[in-house]
Formats: sequence, C-alpha cells, structure tokens
Amino acid sequence: MTTLPDFIQPVTEGETVTEAPAVEKAGWGLMAEFENPAQIMAAAKSARDQGFRWWDTHTPYPVHGLDKAMGIKPTILPLLVLGGGATGLLSGFMLQWFTNATSFDFWALVPIRGYDFLISGKPLLSTPAWIPVMFELTILLSAVGCVTWLLILCGLPQLYHPTLRSPRFARATDDRFFLVIESKDPKFHPERTKAFLESLNPMSIETLED
Amino acid sequence: MGHAPKSITLGEEHRAGPEIRSIGSKACVVGVSGVALAAILSFGGYMGGSAEHFFRSYLFAFLTILTICLGSLFFVMIQHATAAGWSASIRRLAEHVASNLQWIWVLFVPFMLMVLAGEGGQVWHWMDPAHVDPIIEGKSGFLNVPFWSVRAVIYFVVFFAASKFFVGTSVAQDASGDPQLTLKMQKWVPVFIVLFALSLTFAAFDWAMSLEAHWFSTMFGVNLLAMSFCGFFSWFCVMTFVVQRQGKMLNEVTKEHWQDMGKLLFGLGIVFHAYIGFSQYMLIWYANIPEETTWYLARVAGPWAPWMWFLVFGHFFIPFVLLLTKHTKRCKPVMTAIAVWMVLAHAVDVYLLIMPTVPAEALANASDWADFAAGARAGDIDVGYQPQLTDLLLLIGFFGFFVSGICRSMTKAPLVAARDPRISEALAFENM
Repeated sequence: MTTLPDFIQPVTEGETVTEAPAVEKAGWGLMAEFENPAQIMAAAKSARDQGFRWWDTHTPYPVHGLDKAMGIKPTILPLLVLGGGATGLLSGFMLQWFTNATSFDFWALVPIRGYDFLISGKPLLSTPAWIPVMFELTILLSAVGCVTWLLILCGLPQLYHPTLRSPRFARATDDRFFLVIESKDPKFHPERTKAFLESLNPMSIETLED
Repeated sequence: MGHAPKSITLGEEHRAGPEIRSIGSKACVVGVSGVALAAILSFGGYMGGSAEHFFRSYLFAFLTILTICLGSLFFVMIQHATAAGWSASIRRLAEHVASNLQWIWVLFVPFMLMVLAGEGGQVWHWMDPAHVDPIIEGKSGFLNVPFWSVRAVIYFVVFFAASKFFVGTSVAQDASGDPQLTLKMQKWVPVFIVLFALSLTFAAFDWAMSLEAHWFSTMFGVNLLAMSFCGFFSWFCVMTFVVQRQGKMLNEVTKEHWQDMGKLLFGLGIVFHAYIGFSQYMLIWYANIPEETTWYLARVAGPWAPWMWFLVFGHFFIPFVLLLTKHTKRCKPVMTAIAVWMVLAHAVDVYLLIMPTVPAEALANASDWADFAAGARAGDIDVGYQPQLTDLLLLIGFFGFFVSGICRSMTKAPLVAARDPRISEALAFENM
C-alpha cells in the first residue's frame, strides 16, 4: 500500500479538526461604492489624507479635479513624447544626411553605404527638401510614442482586473462611483480600512478577491 | 468644479474704467503725432524720407493692424461656427478688437484717393503705365485700377458688415439676453466665413502680392490668414493682461482660458504660420523657376537675410519651444512676455512681406547667387532695403489708432458677453 503524503491523509473518525483562526481574509482589496461625484471627491480627499498609496477611483466619466483630490503626481508622459519627437526629428535628418549627402560605409548587419547624389542641382545637404521628412517623422514618433508610453505607464493591456469580478462594478460605466483600496498598500488593515471606508458613508462596501 | 459662478451680474469689474479711457485718449494722441511726424520726415525729405517710402511704409503699418483685426474677426466667427462654450467669457474682448473693422477703412482712404488720382504707381508699380510690360498686360483683366478699386470697396464692406453683425448682435444680447440671437449668429456664420475667406485672400493678392505684379503664389492668401492668427492671438494675450491688471475680468478669464489662448497662439499663430510659410518657400525653392524665386531671392540674399533668419528663430523656433509646455501657457506674466515678443515679430513679418522690392533686371544679369548677394549687400542692387524712422513712427502711430479704437469700443459695451447662453459653461471651463 502506498503511503499518501500528510496533507492528503483522510481525517480519521474521532479526530478533532481544528478550524483556521477567525481572521477575516484581506482579499485583493476593499471597494466602496458612491452615488455621486461630490461624494467620490470627498472620499478621494480623505483616502489621500490617510496616506494610502495603492488605491484608485473608478468613475463613469472624467470628474474634474479628481486628480487633485487624489493627489496624483503630474505625469511624465509629455517629456516622453518630447523625447519621441526629438528622436524622430534627429533620425529624419540623419537618415537623409547619410543616404543623400555622404559616401562613407559602415556595417550594420549588412554593409551599408551613403550615396552622395546631386539632385536637380541642389546642394548635397539640402535641408529645405529634408524638412518634410523630418517633420513627418517627428509627428510619427511623437504620436506612436505617446500611445505606446501611455499603454506602458497605465500597465495596459490588462486582460483581468479583480474589480471585474464584482457585479456591482458594472455600474462604474453607468452611474456609480467606486473607490478601491488594495490590500498590498502598506497602510492597509482589513478591519481598520473597512472602518475608514464606512466612515465615508458609502452605499456599499465589498471585499474583492483576486 | 462647483466653485465657479454660474452666471455674471455686470459690475465695475466688467466695464472699462477711467484707466482704459485714459489709455484710449493717450493712444489717439500717439497715433496722430506718430503719423504726423512720419509725414513731416517723409514729405519734408528729412532723414532720407520720400513720399514713395512713406506710402510703402504706410501700407506696412496698415496691414500690421488690419491683420490683427481680421484675426479677431476670424476668432469670433469660429466660436460661433463651432458653438464653442469655453470661449463665451473671453469672446467679447476679441469682439472689441474686431469692432475696429468698422472704421479701419478710413486709413485706406489715402490709398484710394492716390490710386483714383492716377498716382497708385508709387506703391503698386503695375498701376504706373510706364511699368507696363507684356506680363502685366496679360494680367490686366484682373489688375486694373477700376476693378482694383471696386474690389477694395467690397472687402471693406464685407469686413464692416461682419464686424457690425457679430459685435452688434452680441452687444444687443447684453440687453435682451435672448438666446435666439446666438442661434441667429450661428445660422449666418458660414456665409460670413466664406465671404471673409474670399475677401482676405483677394485683399492679400491686391494689396501685398501685387506689389510685385510679376510674381505670384496661390498660398499668399492663406499665408496672410496665418499672419492674422499670429498677430491676433498674441495681441489677445497682451490686451487681456492689461485689462486684468486693472482688476477687471479676473473671474471671467481664468488660467484655463489663458492656456487655451496660448494653445491657439501656438497652434495657429506659430505652427500653422510656419507650416504655411515654409510650404510656400519650399515649393518655390525646389522648383527653382526664375520667375518664382525672385521674390525670395530679394529676401534671402542680401541685406534682408538677417531679417529672414530672425523670423525663423524669433517668430518660429524660440516661441515654439517656449510654448510647448502648458506651464508657460498657464503663467500669465510669461505668456504675456512671449505675446509681446510675438506682436513685434508679427510686425517684422509684415515688414518683410511689404518692404523688400525685387530687382528683376539685376537678378536677370547676376551671374550667380553670391554675385547677386554681394551686390545687394553693397547697395549696388536695390532690394528696397531702407529701414527708416518713418516705418517705426507709422507703426507706433497705427497701433495708437488701433488701441484707441479698442478702448473706445470698451467704453461703449461691457468687457464680457454676460448674458450669452453659454456663459456658465465658459465660467466652469477646465482643461484637465
């Protein structure tokens, strides 16, 4: 007879089973539901003042001033877009300068060589003719960079989120405002955070499971 | 949100005070004395002045302020065409500028008289029978004095009517509060935009492009429109700053509005203008056809070249970089400083449009670019390079008339369209 490992040993008759201690499970986080933008603003301000870091609000439409109420730091996205634009401008110039105005070669996986070729009697380094390409590449890399960095900074694409398990949360796209505090927040405490959320007078509080 | 007032009760802070009155009367004095001094210098022949230079310079000063006024009219019309809510509280300030179009034709009367007296050749060389050649003859169906004069009248009638309609209706709404007036403006604005676009384009052809009747560019009209944007949106910031300095319109023109005024200056006045200006330049540079390149050669080879470089950096590159971020646009003093700079750059821009002349013969005889440039720099080839005190005096004088016109309009009507149906939207407006 093979011996089973301890953890799947069946409970034999007469043995007492000790239950797990009655500590409420923290889950993924706590979600409070509010009825209008004024309440979510007030709630966001309190959560900010409590010093929570891993928390978010979900509203059906952009609520002006909510960023400030949540104490969200300004995004660095504009700087990243500027970087993208500058890269495009420079690469547009370098590309045309190398291909049209130089004749040296270098090895980039395959040997490539500039081809200095006079076109319609213009100087080799014809900046006016190159500006459209530089301009377009600036726009292209700014725009593509903006979208890409936006996705990266937002952590997208994200196919699953614990809030989506809650049937109530569907109304975040309709007429309800939600504030979610994650349990990984250093200030999170299953009971105290719940009590804090209750003090905000929400319509409901729910524990979210991961 | 929730803090902004939902409506405006007209008070002292919405009406021009004694400061604006005094600015207006001082500006009028500056205007008269500036033009008078310039006339004395020019017609008396002092400091190299001449009647011919006076009228050319007069055209430059006139177009500098006319473009600002046309830009304001365009701004007002676009707000109606798009049924914009955010701008309802700042639109009246633009309307005060646009109201100048109701009298600005007076400044054009000297040209009209000159042309009708047969002296138009002093400014527009094709009007002088001595300068007529086969090319100009071929264009005589369009470029002839009677048709030119009739067109000028039509342009001013269009500008006058549009200004009267939009400013007048908006002011009438202050009294009645009737939302139907907004709908009425909305209904008619497309017609006015079409008339405005045609008038501005052909006015640009008639008054500025025909200074060199051999040369042509189909982008010339839209280029003048872009100049109007630059002139007006920079002037808008300067004017709003002055008004707010007197403790007026502080709740009506918020940082949010400033940011949007900055965006318009950035997008239309700087980027669009550079885009159009460069497009015109590049096509001509690339095709390299002598009859087209002459206009630019006179400007980029010789004494005008530094002025052109000034436009590249001072009118485009530096303000472009400065206005990229929202922080400059939301900071009133910084924004105003940039706007003052841009008004000056706008004047230089118009100066470079009007003053240079194309020495066709010298260009035909020059062996190459360097030869022509050296001749132009040495003064052997006349590219119309004679900056004079007259230019500055006329510019200051015309700005004097312009400012006094705005102040006069401000004393007659409030600084804000208080009963515009979209005013609450404008007061609560936020960018972020």
